[in-house]
Amino acid sequence: MVDMTAGQSAAVPRQIRKPKSPIARFFGRRSTIAFLMALPLILLIGVLVIYPAFYSLHLATLNKRMTEFRGFDNFSFLLFKKDAFWTVVYSSCLFAVSAVIFKAFIGFVVAHFVHNIPAKGQRKWRGMLLIPWVIPPAMSTLAWLWLFDSSYGALNWTLAKIGIGPIPWIGEPGWARFSVILVNVWFGAPFFMIMYLASLKSVPDALYEAADIDGATWWQKIRYITLPMMRNIIAITTLFSLIVTFANFDIVRVLTQGGPLDQTHLFATWAFEIGIRSGDIPLGASVSLFMVPILAIAAVFILRDINKRGNEA
Amino acid sequence: MADVTLRKLVKMYDQVQAVKGIDLEIKDKEFVVLVGPSGCGKSTTLRMIAGLEEISGGQILIDDDVVNDVPPKDRDIAMVFQNYALYPHMTVHENMSFGLRLKKFPKAEIAKRVGEAARILDITELLERKPKALSGGQRQRVAMGRAIVRNPKVFLFDEPLSNLDAKLRVQMRIEIKKVHQTVRTTTVYVTHDQIEAMTLADRVVVMNGGVIEQVGTPQELYHNPRTRFVAAFIGSPSMNFVPCRLESHADQLAVRISNEIAFFMPEQKAARYKKLSGDGQLLLGLRPEHLTDMRQHMEPGCVPFDAQLEVTEPMGMETFVYFKMNGADMCGRVNPNAGALDGGPLKMAADLNNMHLIDAKTGLVL
Repeated sequence: MVDMTAGQSAAVPRQIRKPKSPIARFFGRRSTIAFLMALPLILLIGVLVIYPAFYSLHLATLNKRMTEFRGFDNFSFLLFKKDAFWTVVYSSCLFAVSAVIFKAFIGFVVAHFVHNIPAKGQRKWRGMLLIPWVIPPAMSTLAWLWLFDSSYGALNWTLAKIGIGPIPWIGEPGWARFSVILVNVWFGAPFFMIMYLASLKSVPDALYEAADIDGATWWQKIRYITLPMMRNIIAITTLFSLIVTFANFDIVRVLTQGGPLDQTHLFATWAFEIGIRSGDIPLGASVSLFMVPILAIAAVFILRDINKRGNEA
Repeated sequence: MADVTLRKLVKMYDQVQAVKGIDLEIKDKEFVVLVGPSGCGKSTTLRMIAGLEEISGGQILIDDDVVNDVPPKDRDIAMVFQNYALYPHMTVHENMSFGLRLKKFPKAEIAKRVGEAARILDITELLERKPKALSGGQRQRVAMGRAIVRNPKVFLFDEPLSNLDAKLRVQMRIEIKKVHQTVRTTTVYVTHDQIEAMTLADRVVVMNGGVIEQVGTPQELYHNPRTRFVAAFIGSPSMNFVPCRLESHADQLAVRISNEIAFFMPEQKAARYKKLSGDGQLLLGLRPEHLTDMRQHMEPGCVPFDAQLEVTEPMGMETFVYFKMNGADMCGRVNPNAGALDGGPLKMAADLNNMHLIDAKTGLVL
């Protein structure tokens, strides 16, 4: 038996490999192939993200007519001479933070309700609750604009029936801020709901049963099991939403156009206002660039220990 | 320390009755194992005792108190789950002390209890680790530790060893037995593995199709099964069954298996079975160790026969031989030196002192 095997292998001629040229070897490497396959996407990102980013950096250093290099003049002008800038910083932060907190809270509560609906009816509810998120926001905001109308809007009409109002939903700075946040929460909460729902479903039932036996109340189960188990999803969703909300454009643009008195402007809408509508493109570019450090700090802060606490299960 | 009593316990899922009115008394400090095939209702019964499953009918009493409507946390029980159910974001220490912390035990008391349990289970060095850094066996110990620190009235185990490999399972089985000897707490243990049931239990409860087939000590179940199901379920390899009928010859009684094969019964068996009529459908039940190779000096009651072997399985200290008897598959246990060969003939003997007769219709052992 052994002899036969040895004889057989001796009969097979050894494969002789030709020495490959350095170029052939370079293209044969797995890392090169991987790079080549990713190249179309890298090019796309280059054209659509990296080039515009550097171009706006360049623009921000020019004068209003875009003829002279002015260094950091636009930035220092915004920081020290333009009062409206600080109003925009304040209202952007207020808008992003409060909207994300409400979206996360409402998403969390609704996810729990949906999670507890028997499997049969759950699809239906999930679908219905996702509707705000799938309608293009410019369109749904238009609908909200009509709802908010102080004379003919459904909201004030309903409130008048019970003797309240009329409320200047978008006519008074405080209420306008509230309305913008409300629409953003309405639009964004379903995203949190669906993310939290997926995360809730991945928590094994046995953990809750073990907690039941250990004597945990419903609140203690949320506090000591649900929240720690969802920690990563909460962090990632919050960060993601914070960035998207901070950079929001369409809701404010449609609902208030930044008014009244520029009180509801966000970075994006204000940059648009200054750069496009007022024709000072370099200053508008500088405004939009101010978002980068603020969001970078948020990213670092939230993602700090995701890796450390990675998959613990 | 507590008794647990089940009275006419019923569990319905929609229209399906998973547990069909079982009665069981578990004495203080007793180790009772519920065993049966999947879907027999054993886990459901355990979960009802734990309070994780609603009771559709009947009563559960712990220490003479009806606990039907008492939530799990107030039943003073501890449970070890099949997949351990350790909290992944907590250290071993936090996992074990979670229940005590919720009950606001003083820190010193918590440290003392966790330390003591860790010592019993030999996991003191693991206390600061997270579950993901533990092996299966270590996780199992932590899950047991979490139960022990609570010092509950009743321990519940839901197939705790089925996620472990075969070798570790044997080791943990011994651990569990040791722990029970140290911490003598009433224990209800669910498994589908009859060997676990036999080795661990003070009393075994064999369940099938939502009802209790038989309750008894491991020895009782092995030697005096009440039904065909119990006879087949307990013991490995399981008992052989072959259709037969009774024949009277003068004052002797014989089981006839086929036209060629008939065994004369020893006297005490003949006395027991002589009242049975000859025409009922019967099964002869014989465990593998009672079908042996023919030896020089056989006990009275052992009758010889010839077998044509199909397959042999040498296990080292014994050899299992498989053959057919009147069409029925049989397994015998012979001496490794008996000369049993695949496909060869073998002179064998059936030990009728240990035979069982089963009514083929009702499945009852006669």
